[in-house]
Amino acid sequence: MNRLSAILLTTALALAALQARAQNLTIEITQGRDDPTVIAVSPFAWKGAGTPPEDIAAVVDSDLSRSGQFNPVPRTDMLGWPAQESEVFYKDWRAIGSEYLLIGRVSQAGDLRVEYELLDVVRQTKVYSGVESGPAADARMIAHRVADAVYEKITGIRGAFATKLVYVSATRGTGGKDNYRLTIADSDGARPAILLDSREPILAPTWAPDGKQIAYVSFESSRPAIYRQELATGRREQLTNFKGLNSSPAWSPDGRSLAMVLSKDGSPDVYIMDLVSRQLTRITDHYAIDTEPAWMPDGRSLLFTSDRGGRPQIYRYDLGSGNVQRVTFEGNYNARARVAQDGRNVVMVHQQNGRFHIALLDLVSKRNYVLTSTELDESPSIAPNGSMVLYATKYADRGILAAVSVDGGAKFRLPSREGDVREPAWSPFLTR
Amino acid sequence: MKYLPLFGKVPAVLFAVSLIVACSGSDTQEDDGAAAAAAAARSADQASALELERLTQAAAAVGNVFYFEYDSSALTPEAVQALNAHIALLQRNDRNVRLDGHTDERGTREYNMALGERRANSVRDYMAANGISTARIESVSYGEERPIAYGSGESNWAQNRRVELK
Repeated sequence: MNRLSAILLTTALALAALQARAQNLTIEITQGRDDPTVIAVSPFAWKGAGTPPEDIAAVVDSDLSRSGQFNPVPRTDMLGWPAQESEVFYKDWRAIGSEYLLIGRVSQAGDLRVEYELLDVVRQTKVYSGVESGPAADARMIAHRVADAVYEKITGIRGAFATKLVYVSATRGTGGKDNYRLTIADSDGARPAILLDSREPILAPTWAPDGKQIAYVSFESSRPAIYRQELATGRREQLTNFKGLNSSPAWSPDGRSLAMVLSKDGSPDVYIMDLVSRQLTRITDHYAIDTEPAWMPDGRSLLFTSDRGGRPQIYRYDLGSGNVQRVTFEGNYNARARVAQDGRNVVMVHQQNGRFHIALLDLVSKRNYVLTSTELDESPSIAPNGSMVLYATKYADRGILAAVSVDGGAKFRLPSREGDVREPAWSPFLTR
Repeated sequence: MKYLPLFGKVPAVLFAVSLIVACSGSDTQEDDGAAAAAAAARSADQASALELERLTQAAAAVGNVFYFEYDSSALTPEAVQALNAHIALLQRNDRNVRLDGHTDERGTREYNMALGERRANSVRDYMAANGISTARIESVSYGEERPIAYGSGESNWAQNRRVELK
């Protein structure tokens, strides 16, 4: 059965949905690190007319705080709110234990423009000065870019605040059918916009490496099918329509192909579709369940979940040789791997004492670290800089998103005000 | 796996009787014979309609949802019993069926999608072994995406591990 239809669907629905109101996710930090860097983010001076569109400094403050690597000084503890280097008295900041100070100014002449300086309080020197600008509607994204720069200057790791999330939410509907939504939001859950609204399940959203498209599974035809959607235009395209499973899309690092799971030939197996020629290549061929493919960053091998050994475990398929190797050995349930950009850290769902946690497997040391202590944790997605893992869990009998740093030190929740939220997918670094 | 010898044979026997009656008449008794055959066919039709009605009610009585144990796609004795009622009916009509496989919330969503399909296929295979053509059966898995019972705990989970015949 080779009904490979590529149907271009009209976009009115998706575009209309973009304007629809989506519920904000709010952030609750549940655990911080023991040794965070103390930084004071002084409120940025507003040089424009009227009121500023956004409190840029507050967004930066919240980003740094959420990372777990910083402990921002509350504004009320600050002895003054300098906005220029000339207004800074270093000893005041040393007195309140601040190691760094961030100051800035916001102006608007058409675009919003943010100038800022990062100061080292101990050495009494300027570490960095930068400028960010863009439309006022993107004020929060501009703030996230400031936070990215500060994070990178101090930790040496590229910041990932100016990124996006997509996730699925479900609310109870009438007639025993839920309403399903695919939503895109900033990395802090702010500015949610609905990408797709459906009475049929939506699942498995995943990003293209260029950050401009996503792929997902939708049951809107009353059967599962894989779709891809351009974020800028809302244009959608149905990629598969096979008998049986059409699931687990995963974009190759070069963006040219999509790994997926189909059961058209019997049992669920991993296939790769060339997105230009639409040709399918069968990767695994086993009577067991083979699913949840994840590309290694070099594009030369795929991790996948299989119960060929009796219980679900993670295996690695080498695209060059066709060899399959088992990767996980600890515990009797390891599934849905996602690989960090370093190609070393793998996050996955790991069962321990009957509970499902998020675990990190170091492919080099072969050590397994359980990162979460809640149960029913699933769908881990790793930040493009490898620092945080976003996942879905249950809290107060609701599906919510939560995050944990890869060292397990920092944790926060993103509870939604309505419905069950799940299947977060963290975007790659976004180019402007 | 021959669980159903009884249901299929009843109408077949009736049909054979009606044929014998139809063929036994001599030329001179043609009209009488034809009338008798027609009467026999009518009563066979009536019996058949009654039987179909009985099978329809029997299938409705057992419901269209078959439940499974955790992480298992093996049919339980209860599921087999309920399925037999549906198979008896499907042997008598030409309806196409759709089997929707579902799981509870434990485990990953995509693995559950595969597990739901395994459950639906397990029902399909049992039907096929009992003479229902697989061309009439479609398996669709919803994994854990369509729970009947919201919330956690075995009492909820047990209701969600199911195949629905539609």
